[in-house]
Amino acid sequence: MRKLLTAFVGSMALAAAPLALSAEATKELKMAYDADPVTLDIHEQLSGGMLQLSHMTFDPLIRWNKDLGFDARLAESWERVDDKTMRFKLREGVKFHSGNELTTKDVEFTYERLKQSSDFKAIFAPFTGINVIDDYTFELVTAEPYPLLLNTATYIFPMDSEFYSGETEKGQSKAAITKHGSSFASGNLSGTGPYIVTSRQQGVRMEFERFADYWDEASPGNVKKIVLTPIKENNTRVSALLSGGVDFIAPVPPTDLERIKRDKDVDLVTMSGTRIIMFHMNQDRVEAFRNLKVRQAVAYAINQEGIAAKIMKGFATPAAQMSPAGYSGHNESLKLRYDVKKAQQLMKEAGYEDGFTITMISPNNRYVNDDKIAQAAAAMLARINITVDLKTLPKAQYWPEFDARSGDMMLIGWHADTEDSANFFEFLTFCPNADTGAGQYNAGNYCNPEVDALVAKANLETDREKRDAMLQDAEKQLYDDAAFIPLHWQDLAWASKKNVKLDPILNVMNFPFLGDLVVE
Amino acid sequence: MLAFLVQRIFQAFLVMFVISMIAFAIQDGLGDPLQELVGMSVSLEERDAIREDMGLNDPIYVQYARFAGNALQGDLGISYFYGKPTLQVIAEHLPATLELVIGASLIILVFSVPIGVYAAIRPQAFLSKFFMGISTVGISIPVFLTAIVLIQLFSIGVAIEVFPTDTGWGAWLNGALSTDGGLPSYGRGDELTHLFGTWNSGFFSSNGLWHLVLPCVSLASIMLPLFIRLIRAEMLEVLQSDYIRYARAKGLSSGRINFLHALKNTMLPVITVGGVQLGIMVAYTILTETVFQWPGMGLMFLEAITRSDIPLIVAYLMVVGLVFVITNTIVDLIYGLVNPTVKLTGKKA
Repeated sequence: MRKLLTAFVGSMALAAAPLALSAEATKELKMAYDADPVTLDIHEQLSGGMLQLSHMTFDPLIRWNKDLGFDARLAESWERVDDKTMRFKLREGVKFHSGNELTTKDVEFTYERLKQSSDFKAIFAPFTGINVIDDYTFELVTAEPYPLLLNTATYIFPMDSEFYSGETEKGQSKAAITKHGSSFASGNLSGTGPYIVTSRQQGVRMEFERFADYWDEASPGNVKKIVLTPIKENNTRVSALLSGGVDFIAPVPPTDLERIKRDKDVDLVTMSGTRIIMFHMNQDRVEAFRNLKVRQAVAYAINQEGIAAKIMKGFATPAAQMSPAGYSGHNESLKLRYDVKKAQQLMKEAGYEDGFTITMISPNNRYVNDDKIAQAAAAMLARINITVDLKTLPKAQYWPEFDARSGDMMLIGWHADTEDSANFFEFLTFCPNADTGAGQYNAGNYCNPEVDALVAKANLETDREKRDAMLQDAEKQLYDDAAFIPLHWQDLAWASKKNVKLDPILNVMNFPFLGDLVVE
Repeated sequence: MLAFLVQRIFQAFLVMFVISMIAFAIQDGLGDPLQELVGMSVSLEERDAIREDMGLNDPIYVQYARFAGNALQGDLGISYFYGKPTLQVIAEHLPATLELVIGASLIILVFSVPIGVYAAIRPQAFLSKFFMGISTVGISIPVFLTAIVLIQLFSIGVAIEVFPTDTGWGAWLNGALSTDGGLPSYGRGDELTHLFGTWNSGFFSSNGLWHLVLPCVSLASIMLPLFIRLIRAEMLEVLQSDYIRYARAKGLSSGRINFLHALKNTMLPVITVGGVQLGIMVAYTILTETVFQWPGMGLMFLEAITRSDIPLIVAYLMVVGLVFVITNTIVDLIYGLVNPTVKLTGKKA
């Protein structure tokens, strides 16, 4: 009997084999993220969640690969015409979900719309225009030579110009971008991406179906249907995976890493992220922080490795600078400098041996373990006689306080939208200037025009090597100046059932390329 | 009766007014709603333009006047996050919460009456003491902890291997202590039956019912012990009363005495308390829904707070306030009908 059964199962498996080999999409994937996309309009808000949606339902001109290089997507090839112009060749025969065909007129439409979007217009500020040459050739033009042109092109997800043109029944323009309230684009979607949105209940559940006419036939992706459930509560998200309710979760909370590793039915993937967590020292409010030695003393007093190991449970990469490895400005020579003796010495030299009292503010629900990190830092500062009065706040209340610079030391995390070091400097260490918007999050009020000038120069340098050297030099100067206190880069983690092959589709930007996902 | 209703309607308006005032007064403390609406790198100038556009730069009394004017026409504003009228958002989340409350109430009803009555009739029995002990524990464990333990036991499963697995008795003990898991740990499932309007029900499919089990048990866990103790206490008191002793003396069967005469009088105060407790249950749904990612009003409200979605917060508070006023009115009416000596308007007869 058993033999018969084996033979039967064997023949079934053989019969099924050819089906499995062809990349026909047949699988279903249930996934749980900590949030769902706030809207279907990919230009309404610039956030991680929206970029994840963009990669599922649209496709960019080019996209980042694992080594922080670029892969061709809707743009087949690109070449520099001159210092300020880049020519792109569009892939032919690409269809939108609506059935319309992709041409340069869609790219032009998308470019113009990006320029209108309050969240994206800053990224596209260096661009002066788009030249359409023919149906499949166009050029992007910048005012000055712009080294980050390709980085920015990863944000161009061509939209279906025909689909988004005209007026709705209520007489509203279909191309309109609304920040709050509903618009045509926030409820309807037509992209070129691997998935079509088939149903959406905001905050509850979202369903995707693989697009039958998807252009990328070389993609190994075999998932036919995706169900996305937002699960905010960390514990519940992990339980959903461990109980088999979902196949894939992100992010994995650091407290549950061990629990997930122990489970033999699930896979865990982690990698070092690119979001820097750091402290600003407010020179406007605390005179001592204007003293280089005091700033250095603080830098020597903070034990980044301790925080990463104890509080982040090893789920963070200790940082001595802002730029993570792989970024232009990452300077290998900058080392962690935890040394309490040296810190005490510096305080003495600065004339603050007896220390002083400061206030510290930190969010308590924005970054991983943010309030605990602040507590640990406060304890470390006590060892050099700096008494810290710590206040932690939920993020909705924290940012107004941060904008008002109402603490002496303030915690902030930052991820560069351009995946480039210059973005860190521009927002976090440039001399604050309300008119240009420079140093918008420089709550330390640190100001070093030399570094600013250096970064500004680097932003006109299209030679990658020269530019890297300049940005690395800028990191070095800020390090020597102890302009801020870097803590760590937050690591990323995803977990899935064993049959979901996550590893190849993940990246440090945290937008999994689900279109290429293989489920066995 | 009519005077009573008029008075209650007037009261309801007063309650709504006070709630809306409070909700508006605290909105500054809730934080900046814009943080959830824009990316970090959006310039301050741009933010201010959006704020102006949303009317957030107006003085608070102007904002309140605008809100009150619209509210009187039945428009409680548009949720920042959902981009839809707040009442519609609440209506969409209401069915999930109601089904959770109904499920939990059924569990409470089915278990509290027999256990409470039994514990009153046989106060010294081992089983009574056992139930009373458990109920003390039940009251003191917070609902989210119950929920997490339930998830671990019945969704994920626990494999116990403390006894030697190679012996028959060890394997049996291990097996008896281990749980398989498999119960859904989040959400309402994907086989909901559409009833009407925004009401999709989980009561009509096995998938939906399985999803109800853990959340309902968790929610019931806090109220069930309370009701058992309440019924027991009331029943004990009734059993001491003269008419029961008289009935006993007359030689009526104990079943008839306990379940017909005593229980009827026990349930009266229980119903009143139950009405009030039902309102309190709304508060507990917030915790339960958060742990189980149950897409109801409680979870919606909690997320609205973290997002500073002020219109939705105000609307939720007003709807819940209204629900309280209505349930209290109904409870008072029932009480008045059952016991005509109670004067509803509270004036001297």
